[in-house]
Amino acid sequence: MSEVRISEHPIDTTAEAAALSGLTNAGALVTFSGICRRDEDGSPIAALFLEHYPGMAEAEIERHVEEAKTRWPLLGVRVVHRTGRIEPGETIVFVATASSHREAAFAAAEFLMDYLKTRAPFWKKVERAGGSADQWVEAHDKDNAAAARWRKPKDAAE
Amino acid sequence: MKVLYFAWLRERIGKAEEEVDPPASVVTASDLIEWLRGRGEEYALAFNNPKIVRVAFDRTHVQPGAKIAGAREVAFFPPMTGG
Repeated sequence: MSEVRISEHPIDTTAEAAALSGLTNAGALVTFSGICRRDEDGSPIAALFLEHYPGMAEAEIERHVEEAKTRWPLLGVRVVHRTGRIEPGETIVFVATASSHREAAFAAAEFLMDYLKTRAPFWKKVERAGGSADQWVEAHDKDNAAAARWRKPKDAAE
Repeated sequence: MKVLYFAWLRERIGKAEEEVDPPASVVTASDLIEWLRGRGEEYALAFNNPKIVRVAFDRTHVQPGAKIAGAREVAFFPPMTGG
């Protein structure tokens, strides 16, 4: 079972995790929450604003969930991504993976997060505390490097 | 075809989407960027560094050299920063 959802509403991580915790044979449930930091590039922020490409964002995440299922024996996957205005301390993204054993659950959660950051069409804008101009967050090379380590030899040319 | 813009591309161009009818000489995504750049200052500003602009045809990532024939929805956006 898998579910991918994009929502403007706060993510209830306890309820999301509970949705997978009752799976028969799941010996491992890994959950990851990406949380809005109080600082970005060393200075405080008031909020993040998350924009996405409706339709493509869901499709791209679902494609990677399907790929994760072919790589690891997963019993359940849940990905929830928030959009709109998000304040420090609030959850931006939640990923949960359930499997019989922890290795698959850990690896799949990390794989999904690495791909989500570099391939799913979402963009962050920083609203600064103190009223200075909003700024779009720039993509980080370290995120591309993190995603690249999951590539199979056949798609190295991409 | 329908063209969509996201994040700072949308802000610089001043619209989220539009219908365009490029000439037959526009074959690839890169050609379309070049053609759009000629439409006005706001487009020239948005596409001033075409190398960093990402492209999707019908909600699937493509390379800049991909041929636009058959695409109904072309999207341009900056490198992604979700998660």
